[in-house]
Amino acid sequence: MGFDLPLFPDQASTMATRVDHLYFYLLAVSAFFTILITAMLIFFAIRYRRARHPNAVPIEGSTKLELAWTGIPLIIAMSMFVWAANIFFAMNRPPRGALEIYAVGKQWMWKFEHVGGQREINQLHVPVGRDVKLTMISQDVIHSMFFPAFRVKQDVLPNRYTTVWFHPTKIGTYHLFCAEYCGTKHSGMIGQVVVMEPAQYQAWLAGGAQGGSLVASGERLFRDLACDTCHRPDTGARGPDLAGLFGKPVRFAGGGSAVADETYIRESITNPAAKVVEGFQPIMPTFQGQVSEEGLLQLVAYIKSLQTQTPAAAPGAPPAAAAPPRGNP
Amino acid sequence: MSTAVATAPESIHRRRHYLNADYGIRSWLFTTDHKRIALLYLFSITFFFALGGLFAVLIRLELLTPAGDLMTSDTYNKVFTMHGIMMVFFFLIPSVPATLGNFLIPMMIGARDLAFPKLNLASWYLFMAGGVFALYSVVTGGIDTGWTFYTPFSTTYSNTKVIPAALGILIAGFSSIFTGLNFIVTVHRMRAPGLTWFRLPLFVWANYAASLIMVLGTPVLAITIILVFLERAFHIGIFDPRLGGDPILFQHLFWFYSHPAVYIMILPSMGVMSELISAFSRKRVFGYSFVAFSSVAIAVFGFLVWGHHMFVSGQSVYAAMVFSILSYLVAIPSAVKVFNWTATLYKGSVSYQTPMLYAFGFLGLFTIGGLTGLFLAALGVDVHVTDTYFVVAHFHYIMVGGVIMGYLGGLHFWWPKITGRLYPEGWAKLSALVVFLGFNLTFFPQFVLGYLGMPRRYHAYPEEFQVLNVMSSAGASILGVGYLLPLFYLLWSMRYGPEAGPNPFDARGLEWQTASPPPTHNFEQVPIVQEEAYAYHAAQEVPVAG
Repeated sequence: MGFDLPLFPDQASTMATRVDHLYFYLLAVSAFFTILITAMLIFFAIRYRRARHPNAVPIEGSTKLELAWTGIPLIIAMSMFVWAANIFFAMNRPPRGALEIYAVGKQWMWKFEHVGGQREINQLHVPVGRDVKLTMISQDVIHSMFFPAFRVKQDVLPNRYTTVWFHPTKIGTYHLFCAEYCGTKHSGMIGQVVVMEPAQYQAWLAGGAQGGSLVASGERLFRDLACDTCHRPDTGARGPDLAGLFGKPVRFAGGGSAVADETYIRESITNPAAKVVEGFQPIMPTFQGQVSEEGLLQLVAYIKSLQTQTPAAAPGAPPAAAAPPRGNP
Repeated sequence: MSTAVATAPESIHRRRHYLNADYGIRSWLFTTDHKRIALLYLFSITFFFALGGLFAVLIRLELLTPAGDLMTSDTYNKVFTMHGIMMVFFFLIPSVPATLGNFLIPMMIGARDLAFPKLNLASWYLFMAGGVFALYSVVTGGIDTGWTFYTPFSTTYSNTKVIPAALGILIAGFSSIFTGLNFIVTVHRMRAPGLTWFRLPLFVWANYAASLIMVLGTPVLAITIILVFLERAFHIGIFDPRLGGDPILFQHLFWFYSHPAVYIMILPSMGVMSELISAFSRKRVFGYSFVAFSSVAIAVFGFLVWGHHMFVSGQSVYAAMVFSILSYLVAIPSAVKVFNWTATLYKGSVSYQTPMLYAFGFLGLFTIGGLTGLFLAALGVDVHVTDTYFVVAHFHYIMVGGVIMGYLGGLHFWWPKITGRLYPEGWAKLSALVVFLGFNLTFFPQFVLGYLGMPRRYHAYPEEFQVLNVMSSAGASILGVGYLLPLFYLLWSMRYGPEAGPNPFDARGLEWQTASPPPTHNFEQVPIVQEEAYAYHAAQEVPVAG
């Protein structure tokens, strides 16, 4: 087995450095209080041992001391809270323009899908020096995507997209674990994240594409499922037009509204009756069970892409006119 | 148990006390004497502890090597699940309150028994019935959900005996509710004349606070388990999104009970600490009322921090922020207690008898456990260490380290009261040392493992984690010896230990003012209290300073 005894994990992302700095602060405070309390205990226990100090001196307490050892720990604790919350907010705010990759967790493997259509299982290739954002969903139970070398982790839920992002700073191969207990082969649900030079990464991408990009696959699926028979830009169509939809607020029939994000789009496909858009009838059939999680991701990617095409296709025109009609009515 | 008494030497035998008041198995199974019920609990939780310990041994053996080679992954998953269920629900939660609390609370407040003696007996039967269901699920194939029963794995995907195990926990939960109710009513209604609230021993305060949690929190656990049962048996969509449910809802409900449950475990042990440190420094606890109120503060704040188990679950960042700040607030009263206990030693007359050694051990383990809690409350760091061995180490330091030290320390302290006999001091001191060293060797390496990134509940693991795992397993075998020692010498002392007399430690408190073992009705006549708690200097009584 050899006697390698690692005491500190690889530090391979911008977040790793930030987390470790706070970790060292926490370690220092903990060490200080552990030593302080232990030293006081040992000192008092020896200095006032019964053999030497047979008669205890009655001391009731001291409000000043109580206030001091309530107040000082409170101030230190609040400094920890503020620092840690700051890091946490950064972890939960993926930067704009990050490289988007999709992940599906299932008992017991990780499937990754790159925008270009490259797919991999239990391996994730990313370029160094670039923000990477994973959009993740589970096909069954709760999993958790954990990159120790990047100090990030996020649960992967059924029925809801979650995201995690990181900015790799060091080339290498690092662990990728499932951290949420998920059944028999939980400990086998591990993989590697390979951080590569951008040029190498481009070469890897070029070698791995099969079956077209995510958007192209999504568009094909959109047509195969005949979504385009209803979701058309011409007025009076049975379903709302989807161009420019992503990221915009949607008002629902019967009140309420939400921003059209990945989870909303996915829910509208699997459970269309849940949130019907204002002005439309709940006539869409459910596609629950007919589309795999990968297929749903492709559809979402396609619908997202409709937004980015809009301004380029018809600047100044209303978004509805931008997307050309597809297929036969 | 009764045989040991029957063969006991004359002097204890001649006097009538609760142990020899009645003979035969029926006199134990139908007893309503809180002291005998405490012993029923003592023997049953020792059994469950041994069983949970056996599962722990299997876990540590499996993790000696990186490959999952000792058992299949399914078996391993069942083993750690049963280790958790046995230890949490059938040892840690009932340990101090159901044994020491049951035995001592009526005596400490000068009462003849608890307010509802028959309910107390019923609690024990419920506890045993719950244990039987849990054991049934073990022998009929086991359960592999982890003690946390996360959905939708537990409701839809697991093919194991989830329902009987959950039912066992549900039933044991009612035992906990009844015990809590009994304690609360007893403390309110049955205090001896003159025993005001602020003359109560801190052990009573701590158990009172824990009882509040039992009564308010445990019903939520019951509801959660019933919902799991409904979804599993009848496919009602509550937690599984495929049925229209929300998997995160389960976590909110589960932790709403299970976080406060940590305080059900640790508060009574903190109460034991106050008694031990005061008795073996011959001083009143420094800042009595701060310590008393900090128990209640912990109980109240403890209900507001459940979301800190869910920082990476996908809950909103603002919710996480609130739970983080509240978690820091709940740490403060715990820190206050540690400082107060330390200050109690100042100018005391400190003796190093076994219970005090356990108290020192408690302070060491609890300090490490508490300080590492700050890492987990820190949002940005928690993301990295949650669901790793860092968490495993932390909760073992707090829950197991804290509870075991309090439980064993208390058991030694009141052993002469319970049995009328002294334990062998040399062996007992050795046990305290071995438990402390074994515990640290077992769990300290796990902090390092966790920060390195080893996830919990892993049957096999990458090779670079092996050395630390071997250290942990080695520590576990030492810890096991530390647990076995008291089992042997305490049983030995029941028959051969020298007679203790009513107050071998010269401690204060009403329980020391009656014979050892106490008569069935605790006191020959109702005591009248005229002193503050821990009146080691009653003659030179000084007012509270500051």
